[in-house]
Amino acid sequence: MKSFRLRMERRLEAPRAAQVRALAVSLFLALIVIGLLFALLGVNPFYAYQRILVGGFGSLYGLSETIAKAIPLALAGAGLSLAFRARVYNIGAEGQLLIGAIFGGVVALNFPEWPRLALMPTMFLAGFLGGALWASIPALLKARFRVDEVLTTLMMVYIASDVVRYLVYGPLRGPEERGFPYSSRFSATAQLPHIDITRIHYPTLILAILAAILLYLLLERTKLGYEIRVAGENPAAARYAGMDTQKIIVIVLLISGGLAGMAGVGEVAGIHARLSPPEGISPGYGFTAIIVAWLARLNPLATLLTAFLIGGLLVGGDAIQVALNLPAATIQVFNGVILLFVIAGDIFTRYRIRLEKQA
Amino acid sequence: MTDSSPTPPAVLMRGITKRFPGVLANDHIDLEVRQGEIHALLGENGAGKTTLMNILYGIYHPDEGSIEIYGRPVSIHSPHDAIKLGIGMIHQQFRLVQTHTVVENVILGMGKGFVFREKEASEKIRELSARYNLKVDPDAYIWQLSAGEQQRVEILKALYRGAQILILDEPTSMLTPGEIEDLLKTLHRMTEEGHTILFITHKLDEVTAISHRVTILRQGRVIATLETSQTNERELARLMVGREVLFRLSKEQIQPGEVMLQVENLQALNDKGLFALKGISFTIRQGEIFGIAGVAGNGQRELVEALIGLRPVQAGRVFLQKDEITHDSPRARIEKGLACVPSERLTALVPSMSVAENMVLKSYRQPAFGRGILLDRTTVRSYSQRLIEQYAVITPSCDTLVKLLSGGNIQRALLARELSSQPRLLIAATPTAGLDVGATETIWQILLEQRRQGRAILLISEDLEEVMTLSDRVAVLFSGEIMGIVRSEAQNLEKIGLMMAGAFRLPQEEWV
Repeated sequence: MKSFRLRMERRLEAPRAAQVRALAVSLFLALIVIGLLFALLGVNPFYAYQRILVGGFGSLYGLSETIAKAIPLALAGAGLSLAFRARVYNIGAEGQLLIGAIFGGVVALNFPEWPRLALMPTMFLAGFLGGALWASIPALLKARFRVDEVLTTLMMVYIASDVVRYLVYGPLRGPEERGFPYSSRFSATAQLPHIDITRIHYPTLILAILAAILLYLLLERTKLGYEIRVAGENPAAARYAGMDTQKIIVIVLLISGGLAGMAGVGEVAGIHARLSPPEGISPGYGFTAIIVAWLARLNPLATLLTAFLIGGLLVGGDAIQVALNLPAATIQVFNGVILLFVIAGDIFTRYRIRLEKQA
Repeated sequence: MTDSSPTPPAVLMRGITKRFPGVLANDHIDLEVRQGEIHALLGENGAGKTTLMNILYGIYHPDEGSIEIYGRPVSIHSPHDAIKLGIGMIHQQFRLVQTHTVVENVILGMGKGFVFREKEASEKIRELSARYNLKVDPDAYIWQLSAGEQQRVEILKALYRGAQILILDEPTSMLTPGEIEDLLKTLHRMTEEGHTILFITHKLDEVTAISHRVTILRQGRVIATLETSQTNERELARLMVGREVLFRLSKEQIQPGEVMLQVENLQALNDKGLFALKGISFTIRQGEIFGIAGVAGNGQRELVEALIGLRPVQAGRVFLQKDEITHDSPRARIEKGLACVPSERLTALVPSMSVAENMVLKSYRQPAFGRGILLDRTTVRSYSQRLIEQYAVITPSCDTLVKLLSGGNIQRALLARELSSQPRLLIAATPTAGLDVGATETIWQILLEQRRQGRAILLISEDLEEVMTLSDRVAVLFSGEIMGIVRSEAQNLEKIGLMMAGAFRLPQEEWV
């Protein structure tokens, strides 16, 4: 009796070429699956993809929108890539982003008269503190009691949503908003400047680029970055070498939470100019940033590129939603499928699949 | 050939040979186990006991040889085949689902239909545990049970599947003394019911306490099969350890200097919360290699972890030269000059990082590798390059990932790093495990050269040849205690063998 069996063999090394190939193949497969979904919805997939590309990258307007969406993705994604490198799975950037937005917004609402040069940095600093504060709870739980950060960071997102909702329906509601759940509009100095007529709030863009570069340097050129990489690659070796692994957990969670918080400030001060319910502040940038970090293979510099790509997909998704009359969830499905395939594709860089004959 | 017993043997293995890359694990092994007997398989680590039993249980397939069960030639391709033949095996590491109940674990994988017949199973388990004196609550969850109880569940699982022949791999290693006694009673009870027991062990007292016959393995070969009643612990120890210990490397006489490590009455727990070190004391001087012999699992791992600060010390004190380090952090100990090559090499290295980055794993904090928060990669690389040359580590470059190096080179890199700090004490735990003869020789040369330079070295090894070749003095660790400390001389070999098996304790006034 003969039978066949699939066998997975660990590869000794994952050459860069194999990594790129696996990434390309998984993206391609994801596009096929999503294409089938389009077909099921009665839309020609090629036409849909064309519209997405044109929508996100095919015009100056599309490009500017893509960059506007890439800003929060890059800022939060760079922080997440740092945390993931330490094998600390912060998946609650969305909540940290919301709390950061609130902190920045409270500063904006309370000091509307301050000059921009003083107000803007204070708002971003407050946003960083807010996000870091929100991340500090899972950080302490993990460092002290070894509570799984995947659960706690995720649960903190829902708490953050409700906190924001409570605040904009209650204490922070603007008196002139006639019952709508919005804060008052930010003063002119509290609103971020834009490039020309686009929605690109460039102070946040500069922050995102700086964060990516600094985090890259942190990982590759500092002792702390070395500790983060060792702790992520082999926690046992980190403890053996006398590294403080609890300190590392706390630091990466605070930094990634803080950067997500700054992204939140960018959204409320650069796009909306007011606080609103959570859905109004962020359409899930904190979650999408996970894909951004993963696609970048956890390299903070590369998150700038992947944030741009995913930003384009979001803009293109909006475009087909309108043009092809597709449900709003389509682009979320799109993103979900891509993440699934990219993570699954990772296996093929680490393992070789062999068909084996059995006697 | 005349067969004295009227019934065929329960197990007959003939000419079993099994090769692993670079190792001959089983070399033409013949084994006969009679029905209803308790048969002990005795040997040191790596003697081939577990491999042989894994072949019988269908986990490995032999390269050569044949197996008969109750006189019928069989070919066993998987544990599934073995179970069908009435063979059950209890592994050293239990294979139970922690979050399931006893009943669920016992019937796991047996259901033919969709429905779990839990009531029925529960009844049968109660009946079995009463019959064989295997006290365990069928509705308890596995995580609630002690190691001894979990082992009973494993035995019940095998009996439930109809095992007539039961293999136990080092069944007492995780048990408390009381639990060991219960286990031995159960095994007796089982032979009365007609079961046959195969029992892997390295402990002489257990062999003499319960087995009817014993087969001694050494280096993959059968040395002898004896009636337990016609032998004694002394003979068994001699057969198990052998006499071929060679003294290939010459050691020059060195006058030991100042005391570099002093351990007083050290006590520590294992992961199960039982005492793994029950009050250990010794000292090591400059220019001395102090060897700790003993079979794995007698407290070696806990000793290393307690010394380097990864395991809390319950009682006792540890001094490095004059400094007390009993409760210091791992980092403080490193900075005070404690270096360690642990037995699990990969806990001391980051395989997915470069040789250069691994070379500074303990020293990267020093200002020489970058001012303030910075890490200067150029210095790291040139520093590593020097160590690579000095210790002749063979690697394409210092940017090569450690996991791409051979075992011998990984070990040499590790030693290079640990010695580069000029430590006051080097701990080397099983420094040559898994290495070939040539690589072993190099590592030994490095250690002896360090001794010549006046380094104090604590050598912990299961390889008696290694301990005898390198050490000046040898302590034998058994069940968390030092059984005696003797000079590393050929005439002490038999004593050491007996102490390793827990059959002899040297009076303290005779310790050297």
